Amino acid sequence: MISAPPGASESEANEVASPVPSSLSGFLRQWARRARSGESGVLPVLGGLILIVVIFQVQSPVFLSPANLTNLLVQGAVFVLLGMAEVFVLLLGEIDLSIGFVAGIGGGVAAILLASPYNLPWWAALGAGLVATAAIGAVQGTLVTRLGLPSFVVTLAGLLGWEGVLITMIDHSPSASGGVVRISNNVVNDLVNGNLSPLAGWIGMILVVSAYALATLGGEQKRRKRGLSALPWSIAMLKVGITALAGVVLVLICNTNRGHFVSLRGVPWVVPIVLAVFAGWTFLLGRTRFGRYVYAIGGNAEAARRAGINLLRVRTIAFTLSGLTAGAGGIIYASRLGSMSVGIDGGTLVLYAVAAAVIGGTSLFGGRGKALHAVLGGLVIATVYNGMGLLGMGAASQYMVTALVLVAAVTVDAFARRSRN
Amino acid sequence: MAQTAGNSSYPTAPPLRPSGGGGESPLLLRGIAKSFGAVQALSSVDLDLPAGKVTALLGDNGAGKSTLVKLISGIFAPDEGSIIWEGEPVRLRTPKEASELGIATVYQDLALCDNLDVVQNMFLGREIVRSGVMDEAEMETVASRTLEDLSVTTLSSTRQLVASLSGGQRQAVAVAKAVMARARLVVFDEPTAALGVSQTAMVLDLISRLADAGMAVMVISHNLNDVFRVADRLAVLYLGQIAAEGPISGFDPANVVDLITTGKSARLAPSQPGMEAAGKEEEQP
Ligand SMILES: Nc1ncnc2c1ncn2[C@@H]1O[C@H](COP(=O)(O)OP(=O)(O)OP(=O)(O)O)[C@@H](O)[C@H]1O
Ligand SMILES: [Mg+2]
Repeated sequence: MISAPPGASESEANEVASPVPSSLSGFLRQWARRARSGESGVLPVLGGLILIVVIFQVQSPVFLSPANLTNLLVQGAVFVLLGMAEVFVLLLGEIDLSIGFVAGIGGGVAAILLASPYNLPWWAALGAGLVATAAIGAVQGTLVTRLGLPSFVVTLAGLLGWEGVLITMIDHSPSASGGVVRISNNVVNDLVNGNLSPLAGWIGMILVVSAYALATLGGEQKRRKRGLSALPWSIAMLKVGITALAGVVLVLICNTNRGHFVSLRGVPWVVPIVLAVFAGWTFLLGRTRFGRYVYAIGGNAEAARRAGINLLRVRTIAFTLSGLTAGAGGIIYASRLGSMSVGIDGGTLVLYAVAAAVIGGTSLFGGRGKALHAVLGGLVIATVYNGMGLLGMGAASQYMVTALVLVAAVTVDAFARRSRN
Repeated sequence: MAQTAGNSSYPTAPPLRPSGGGGESPLLLRGIAKSFGAVQALSSVDLDLPAGKVTALLGDNGAGKSTLVKLISGIFAPDEGSIIWEGEPVRLRTPKEASELGIATVYQDLALCDNLDVVQNMFLGREIVRSGVMDEAEMETVASRTLEDLSVTTLSSTRQLVASLSGGQRQAVAVAKAVMARARLVVFDEPTAALGVSQTAMVLDLISRLADAGMAVMVISHNLNDVFRVADRLAVLYLGQIAAEGPISGFDPANVVDLITTGKSARLAPSQPGMEAAGKEEEQP
């Protein structure tokens, strides 16, 4: 059969065959079958994340304190944003090694333009930073697509070149001292260090969860009306319920006072910022033609070409959006430190970005990946970073543990792939 | 099970199906030539592809079959000659231009994205979009209906990834894609090359159904069994030239093999109606 019959009375055979069975037991059975055959989605990384959290909590009881968890979210923001930048390029089957220093350029341009003698308003400075990084993405993308150069080499050149440009830029900036440009603009510093009021946090969370519920349940209702197979209501409600629960827990944690001497509470601004980028890119990749074409090109570029898709355009736009997202990551990085310095470790940042995407489940070979993967992978990396810090272990052990997590993630993926074939 | 057409005399059995209409040909090729450097891949090729008929194109390796398909599907242009589409000479510069005219090509492996599902593949490049957002439910409905119309019943779901489909199912998806694009001519390059017995039967069945629906169909194949099961007309390419062309009733497997391997056939009845040009040089003293 091609589509599930509109009636709810499906035979067992249909439940097993159809991808979206309409009863709960059918759904669970099918889910188990998919997990066995390697299409388990984000569950391995979620499981891994919980495991790591448990380990750190056992080792250090302050790990799950509201103050530390809020700090962890802030630390994760840069990894998540850079991971999302990388997902765009990985989906095409390409790689971008430059986004660490491209992020540096984004933060650097903004910081320099905020300082004297330019003293631009915050929105103009941030806009300039984002335009600069989007342009860098467009240039690199053009070299890859129009000239057919390998992205590995073009962005390797970017990794070297943009660090040089960043150093030159900051060295020649009148406001720099010792290779550092300070940011004194409150709005920009508050992107990471400022908080929503507790009430605003609740209202925002309720709005976001309601929008998600409307989209999910409305979409399923639409499919049901047309007689297409739809998620069982119990599962759809469960999805919404889990999201709502996560939202409530997040706001509760962030709204707990974490200050020592003065009261410090509320959801950091960076959380809704990252969520907005995540929602935007999820929509773009999942619901628009452009997104569909990115997946098609990553899956089979020749088939995409024969379907009449303009490969040059789609690829170049994807590189441009990657640059833009990296710029946002750089601005958040600068906001967190309250400055931009020539010492930004763009080499490590880009490796973390690739690792975040891959740990989350994005394929290095193109055609498979989501913005959500960068969010989950970025949180895993931030958790390791944060937890190792709490345990008083330095960068060395943090690198090694992250390496182990990365290898574990690709091993899980490789096994999943093998059982799929 | 393979129908070997007339190994004693001419086939007396009626055609595999009532050949509806026929008559007008959406695509005519006239004097087509194409060379790659020193290799003359095609020269002075004339071919008609009538609506409602399956035309099989045969020929040995390197005879120029794929080159001809690529000219028809807009992958490259002929050096000489004209492609006449519904009475007008046309220039097919890109695959997109060809498909916009109504020429769909079903390739053996290159046409589908493994990481997309059946619906996504069928609508690739022509998604239904409402105010910037793809209408997945609408696309799924249309795709399911198209597959049902083609009696494709082996797919368990239109939301299956194409990676998980068998070769025959992939062909079915590619055919449905062509049908949905309202193609008037569908070209198959070796559609059954990798398929087993039952899947081959299914794909051949699909091909016949397209012709029944009034489309012009061209099939390239090395498999004579398949050709005699599905084709209404035959054209044989030999070293880039049409060695013979005509209704299937004028051919049998033996003379087709001669035509493919030598470009002529002594066994060909000279008075055969509808036969053109075959073995003319041989008859001249
Ligand atoms: N892109 C190309 N560049 C150079 N020569 C080519 C090219 N494409 C085809 N040819 C040559 O043109 C001739 C016809 O090739 P074509 O691929 O059309 O043959 P074919 O009939 O499809 O063969 P097969 O049955 O093996 O697929 C061959 O001699 C081939 O080498
Ligand atoms: Mg060929």
